[in-house]
Amino acid sequence: MAEELKKDALVQIDYKPPKKGWMDTPVEFRHGTYIYPARAKNLKYLDLPNPREWSPTDEDWKLPENWKEIVINGMKERLDKYRSFKVYMDICVRCGACADKCQFFIGGGDPKNMPVLRAELIRSVYRGNFTAAGKILGRVNGARKLTTDVIKEWFYYFYQCTECRRCSVFCPYGIDTAEITMMGRELLTLLGVNVNWVIEPVANCYRTGNHLGIQPHALMDMFEMMLDDIKDRTGIKIEPTFNRKGAEILFITPSADYFAEPGMYTCMGYLMLFHELGLDYTWSTYASEGGNFGLFTSHEMIKRLNAKMYAEAKRLGVKWILGGECGHMWRVVHQYMGTLNGPADFLEEPVSPITGTKFENAKSTKMVHIAEFTADLIKNNKLRLDPGRNDKLRVTFHDSCNPARAMGIFEEPRYIIKNVCNNFFEMPENTTREQTFCCGGGAGLGTDEMMEMRMRGGMPRANAVQYVHDKHDVNRLTCMCAIDRATLTTLMEYWVPDVKVTGIHELVANALVMKGEKERIVDIRGEPLKEEKGGDNV
Amino acid sequence: MNLTELMTDRREIVLKQWLDSITASYSAHAASFFKQQKNRFANPVGHTIEETANAVLDALIHREISTATRDALDRFMQIRAVQDFTPSRAVDFLSALKPILQDAYKDVLRNAELCDEFLLTASLIDSMLVISFESYAKYREKLYELKVNEFKHMAFRLLERANLTFEFQGDDPPGDKGISDNETVK
Amino acid sequence: MKILAAFILVLVLAAIPYAGIQYAGMTTVFGIIIPYAAVIIFIVGVVYRIVKWARSPVPFRITTTCGQEKSLPWIKQNKLDNPSGTAGVVGRMALEILCFRSLFRNTRSELRDGPRLSYGSTVWLWLAAIAFHWSFLVILIRHFRLFSQPVPHFINVLENVDGFLQIGIPTLYITDILLLAAVLYLLLRRIALPQIRYISLIADYFPLFVIFGIGLSGVLMRYFYRVNVIGVKELVMGLIAFKPHVPPDIGTLFYIHLFLIATLFAYFPFSKLMHMGGVFLSPTRNLANNNRMVRHINPWNYPVHVHTYAEYEDEFRDKMKSVGLPVEKE
Repeated sequence: MAEELKKDALVQIDYKPPKKGWMDTPVEFRHGTYIYPARAKNLKYLDLPNPREWSPTDEDWKLPENWKEIVINGMKERLDKYRSFKVYMDICVRCGACADKCQFFIGGGDPKNMPVLRAELIRSVYRGNFTAAGKILGRVNGARKLTTDVIKEWFYYFYQCTECRRCSVFCPYGIDTAEITMMGRELLTLLGVNVNWVIEPVANCYRTGNHLGIQPHALMDMFEMMLDDIKDRTGIKIEPTFNRKGAEILFITPSADYFAEPGMYTCMGYLMLFHELGLDYTWSTYASEGGNFGLFTSHEMIKRLNAKMYAEAKRLGVKWILGGECGHMWRVVHQYMGTLNGPADFLEEPVSPITGTKFENAKSTKMVHIAEFTADLIKNNKLRLDPGRNDKLRVTFHDSCNPARAMGIFEEPRYIIKNVCNNFFEMPENTTREQTFCCGGGAGLGTDEMMEMRMRGGMPRANAVQYVHDKHDVNRLTCMCAIDRATLTTLMEYWVPDVKVTGIHELVANALVMKGEKERIVDIRGEPLKEEKGGDNV
Repeated sequence: MNLTELMTDRREIVLKQWLDSITASYSAHAASFFKQQKNRFANPVGHTIEETANAVLDALIHREISTATRDALDRFMQIRAVQDFTPSRAVDFLSALKPILQDAYKDVLRNAELCDEFLLTASLIDSMLVISFESYAKYREKLYELKVNEFKHMAFRLLERANLTFEFQGDDPPGDKGISDNETVK
Repeated sequence: MKILAAFILVLVLAAIPYAGIQYAGMTTVFGIIIPYAAVIIFIVGVVYRIVKWARSPVPFRITTTCGQEKSLPWIKQNKLDNPSGTAGVVGRMALEILCFRSLFRNTRSELRDGPRLSYGSTVWLWLAAIAFHWSFLVILIRHFRLFSQPVPHFINVLENVDGFLQIGIPTLYITDILLLAAVLYLLLRRIALPQIRYISLIADYFPLFVIFGIGLSGVLMRYFYRVNVIGVKELVMGLIAFKPHVPPDIGTLFYIHLFLIATLFAYFPFSKLMHMGGVFLSPTRNLANNNRMVRHINPWNYPVHVHTYAEYEDEFRDKMKSVGLPVEKE
């Protein structure tokens, strides 16, 4: 501490950063900007390499002896397997169009958080080892040697990228930093350089079916509590089924929806909606996780975790799968599941049993997004809705990165929101839809030890929320992602404390008029439906 | 000419120099982005820096630290608290204003009357520095509070249930076993 | 430093043919051997690079979606920014390649504030990029005059359009000015913006200087120091007919021009200039977003270890039974 003060004595106001090139600026691990390493027991459970106890602040990271060989061979293998990786290593012209598109650069200003430079961290090693010009010309051609400092840099910056793909939207060649980050993390995984916030959920999910490691009986317990709450608020006792063979639909949502606030309110929304529809569906304790932190580890891990969805659908003999509100889960379901674990020829092309609508856009993967499902219900007048019950809420909508830039599901959620509440306000145009800002905690960054970095990366999002809060009195931020529901809550607590976070189906639950319900005086959170006005007894 | 008029008169020069000095506390790459991108949503940091600088100059001109001034400083500190700054570095942008003012008004500072006014200005800056530091500390504390809150949110129901278990059973240790026992009792 | 290095490198490159022609009279080397060698390197190199890219499969369909997906029939799909079929992909790629659509996205902004004029560097980047690439193409096509006998009609038309300002003798081509201005802008931008300078390599400055050199020598030849155009055409026609011979007295400036072009050609396959080919192969842009409609096949999809339901039930059977969850084995 004293040393810090000495270094930064107040008089030094004309501080200028060292004028060194980026290759000569090693990483400094500062608390709040990096994630704790994966515990050995978790790596062991998953049969991942080099389980050990270590810390990023250690000088020696206890890498395997032949670590260089592992990385170079790993790169070669991936260059041969992924055209994306190969092409993106070669064609960047460093035009800088992406430079100011990353929320971590916008919020913090660290030049290595410019997407182009994040990619150059790997490209420089690629040039030095895989291109003739790089091998001969070395640094002149932007190549560099693979050293432990490079590995440290990779660890630091590939875990400061949320794989949100915002930069990819602006790149004239569509270079996707998420793809680069994923490769970087795969290479790090080969060395056992992982973060616990990702690997522990992966291990838990592998074993128990969900991220928190909730065992089946405990899971039932959580549902019991939610069902009690629903009964308390609506007077209706719902009895969902679990692991039931012969159901028409298997429903899968991120586990965060049934163990954490405010996700549970969204989950209660699903339960109420399906009950009201009389939907023939089942939950599963084996496939009790929609999320897939494999996406933040390696392609192989995506497959290992995702396999459960189809396996369970097959075992239970359902016709198709319905998926809850989640971001990266939908990146996996939409862009990877069919390829990795398909073909789903044991399932049927999804048809809504309520409206008869065929979901033709899901005819191969056979998994439908809940927003598509509910929007269709509303369009066909199958729900009795009283949007007035959401009148105390002034709502805006955050497009979550993956549904936005890996699916393009923009209108469905907006259609639902506009039908279940009366006060909806869009955030400014360059902060929504395909240009949406990340919550700052995606891709396995959403842990408390990363708090400072998350608040930094989430600042552009919060700033836009602040704007609609000031202008339209917005007090509710809706989103369609479990990670968002967790991280935006914290983000709002810091930047715009008056705004609470909610899932779409929580709003649906409030507005849904159910058969045989009692008069609703509280919303699904148990808070009074109407604003309490001086002395009024609610 | 009194100092208020002089300040208004030379505001743009001071503002420009000061903005340069504030953004220079970031890396050169970020500094140019913060200065140049004028869209407040694409560049919230740069926008806030400019707003804050203007609010402070307003305060000096009107010789009053208003709520607007405090709000602006608070917003800026909210940002600085999550960036790579030590506490001193986070607030020293205000001390940097003094030499800039000195430089901008060196021709008139020999005038005794103005010099007095200038002393007032200096103490205003000091007050704002203190206010900023308060905000900075508040937000640093907030960060730690958030960590705790997050944990609470995450395990909210688990904890609630676990607590319930203790009430029934007295001295069982918390954890998976506790929940399971409770289940069988039920 | 990097800038200076690239600049000096190009100066040296320009000096080589000057010395070679002026003092050694090596017209065959600079008029025949080097152009042939450069073209061979270019063709072989580009084909090699593209084949190498194409040999890596596309295991996943990772389209970046920038508009509404195709879902329910009453929701309007954005077919260009989120294509679900081939036509949409072709449209998207055409916009990307012909109009630099993604780069243009930078410019869409609103609610700008502040009293000063906004900087808007990104608008200029798009404009300069468009001006640069299109001018380059037009100039390249105009050069076909030298490659064909008789000159095709469309080249005459193109020249007329390009020279519609009718200024000066010989007529000033707009693309000549645009190209030089755009290259200069791209260069200055790289130097002036700290964050762009920080990411720039010699390999980023070098092609800009080479192209500027090519443009400059071309402009000098056309407008100021006339060279023997008849001779140039004779040389070029000889080269493409594989009956190369060098007519006398073409002018050293031409050889500098030609040598820089040869440099660019030979450098092309080893450099970022390959983005010309790579843009067609970018999986985030050239694939339809129809993942859930049509299964994408990964040629190397391999079996992995999974945690099966049976293993799961074995571990948790008692607990499952205790809460009434159905089990496979009692």
